[in-house]
Amino acid sequence: MSTESIPWPSATAGSRSFVDTLHEWVTTVDHKRLGLLYIAYALVFLLIGGIEAIVIRIQLIRPHNDFVSPQVFNRMFTMHGTTMIFFVVMPVLFGFANYLIPLMVGARDMAFPRLNAFSFWMTAFGGLVLYFSLIGANGLYGAGNAPDVGWFAYAPLTSQTFSLGHSTDFWTLALLVSGFGSVGTAINIIATIVCLRCPGMTLAKMPLFAWLNLVMAGLVILAVSPLTAAQIMLLVDRYLGGHFFDTQAGGSAVIWMHFFWIFGHPEVYVLVLPAFAFASEIIPVFSRKPIFGYPVMVGATVAIGFISMSVWAHHMFTVGMGAAANTFFVISTMAIAVPTGIKIFNWLATMWGGKLEFKTAMLFCVAFLFQFLVAGLTGVMLSAAPFNWRLGSSFFVVAPFHYVIVGAILFTLFGAFYYWFPKMSGKMYSETVGKLHFWLFFIGFHLTFDFMHIPGLLGMPRRIYTYEPGRGWDTWNLIVTIGVFFQAAGILVFLVNLLWSYYRGKPAGSDPWDAWTLEWSTNSPPPAYNFALIPTVESRRPLWDLKHPDDPDWKYE
Amino acid sequence: MSAPLNATALTLPAQELAWKPPSRGRVGIYALIAAESAIFTIFVVAYLFYIGKSLSGPMPREVLSPPIFYTVCLLSSSLTIHFATTTLRGGRVRSFAAWLLLTIALGAIFLYGTASEWHRLIYHDGLTVTTNLFGTTYFSLVGLHGFHVIVGLVCLCIVMALTLFGLVKQEYAERVEVLSLYWHFVDAVWIVVFTVVYVIGR
Repeated sequence: MSTESIPWPSATAGSRSFVDTLHEWVTTVDHKRLGLLYIAYALVFLLIGGIEAIVIRIQLIRPHNDFVSPQVFNRMFTMHGTTMIFFVVMPVLFGFANYLIPLMVGARDMAFPRLNAFSFWMTAFGGLVLYFSLIGANGLYGAGNAPDVGWFAYAPLTSQTFSLGHSTDFWTLALLVSGFGSVGTAINIIATIVCLRCPGMTLAKMPLFAWLNLVMAGLVILAVSPLTAAQIMLLVDRYLGGHFFDTQAGGSAVIWMHFFWIFGHPEVYVLVLPAFAFASEIIPVFSRKPIFGYPVMVGATVAIGFISMSVWAHHMFTVGMGAAANTFFVISTMAIAVPTGIKIFNWLATMWGGKLEFKTAMLFCVAFLFQFLVAGLTGVMLSAAPFNWRLGSSFFVVAPFHYVIVGAILFTLFGAFYYWFPKMSGKMYSETVGKLHFWLFFIGFHLTFDFMHIPGLLGMPRRIYTYEPGRGWDTWNLIVTIGVFFQAAGILVFLVNLLWSYYRGKPAGSDPWDAWTLEWSTNSPPPAYNFALIPTVESRRPLWDLKHPDDPDWKYE
Repeated sequence: MSAPLNATALTLPAQELAWKPPSRGRVGIYALIAAESAIFTIFVVAYLFYIGKSLSGPMPREVLSPPIFYTVCLLSSSLTIHFATTTLRGGRVRSFAAWLLLTIALGAIFLYGTASEWHRLIYHDGLTVTTNLFGTTYFSLVGLHGFHVIVGLVCLCIVMALTLFGLVKQEYAERVEVLSLYWHFVDAVWIVVFTVVYVIGR
């Protein structure tokens, strides 16, 4: 294992030309550089997807608005959803996993470095294919350019009859290609965690970050592959004249729903488990306590992984699946709240009695705890089939969904950016600007997504182009749109902070937070080989043992 | 800036640790097999769901007959590749090459069987992807499996070429075993496809 370090050009940066640097980054197989590439790529798409969200919200700011045409509006919400899920959140989480897992388990790289590079470039090309539709998809008949079938692309809409031109083909190919990348990365994460742990790091001594990403990778393998299969079927239908989803020839539109949501629901857990992973590393360090109930946390994670494979059809209550199927999916969906609730209690118990330090990263994680609780509670509401029949496909569904994706995942992700920025860049960020980012984003988030529930309850459907005045939706939509601008301002502050700190920040040192996992034992940024000597660990907090030889953790575990 | 902590090795009370993590090649291929199984599961579910739902002929009972001989060929190739890896592990490279060649031949015979069946279905029975749901699901599922056989054969042929150039040695037995796991998977999937298409589906 220790002989697998890769050759690295000597650190004479600055004297090298731009072309050399570019060549180095394009051909790299180093897990840290690929991690940074994933993150940078995701941030670019975050801006694009964010602009699409702003367009949607400006269109809905008042009744009878015509900021964009209905066709453009459809493209905007399709591209916003697809971009944010597949080309922002997944890549950025893979980026952090790539960067941190080898460092945390004491390895010098991922298990398959070249597969790692391949996976990144597949994901990257997937995003480019999706956006190439803007110039490439017009086709004949003056058909539309960007995909406009919604991010879950329900069946009759995607057939040749209703989707002329090539926009749906670009959507399918983009997801197929990036799906190969995701599965490649998942295989790599599993092999790295299982095979490359440093001596002494048994499964029970792994950082929770590694555990959660292990389960996440397993879910990617079991969830993204069905999507790949469904996309192949859609391509067979569109290109070879097959009938999988063609109701005219006896095919079924509902089976596409099943196939999509067999991917779609575990996907939510693919996204949220890494968010849990960030919280499980950040909260203990800023509470100055070890994580509460480590074995239970691991058990809850694995339980979430299993249960999440059996809840997909709660997205389909309004289809009319019959009483037996409805009952099953209601119960399984409610059951998944149990392990998730255990996690929330464990994080709270970790903070309980701790010496809390409200650094920016910790602020984001505390906000995550409460927002995720609300998201979970509205999730339980929607899991009740009769309630769901009323509110399915209303704005009320959009609100809890974004409460998870933004309120839980994006918040912990920002926490992770602030927590590991010193490690990745070697510089400290500005705490004041970080807190400005937090408060701007926090206010914007609550303005937007708290008030988005209300027009949904008042009957406003999702994905409508515009609406009549006087239905009681006007003010709420105005508030929701105002919140978006706060969020956008927060994200700009965040990007400015990152760039400014990278060039002007104070040196961070190797361990600015007095933390306990292995990535803080090496330089910031870590050298290409990560560790001069492969470490040996005895407990879950190897750096605590090193700093407190008189009272090491392994005495108690 | 504080001194990097990695200047000192993290060796706490020195215990001799018997540290033998599993091989990454095996774990990687098992993960890949899990992903492929998920893909096949979806295709198999679609096939089962659409049995008997075609609106027009030809129907499976009229045109399909179980390819027993070709199935025996493919399944025996699992046995021959097992012998191949065992002999390589024992260091007998020449008999490894012989078993490998036999595996490739059996796989190729199976592919010929699929190709001739497709030729008969398309030109004699007039069944294509567009004909009916049976055609769509049949060609997709069997085609997906055939594609995996082709990928496996390409990999086996690469190993064969490397063996002929004398580059495959005993110490690489582990890697060949990883490839053999994939080949076993392709064979196991055929058992499922055979059952679904030729037993349940007729």
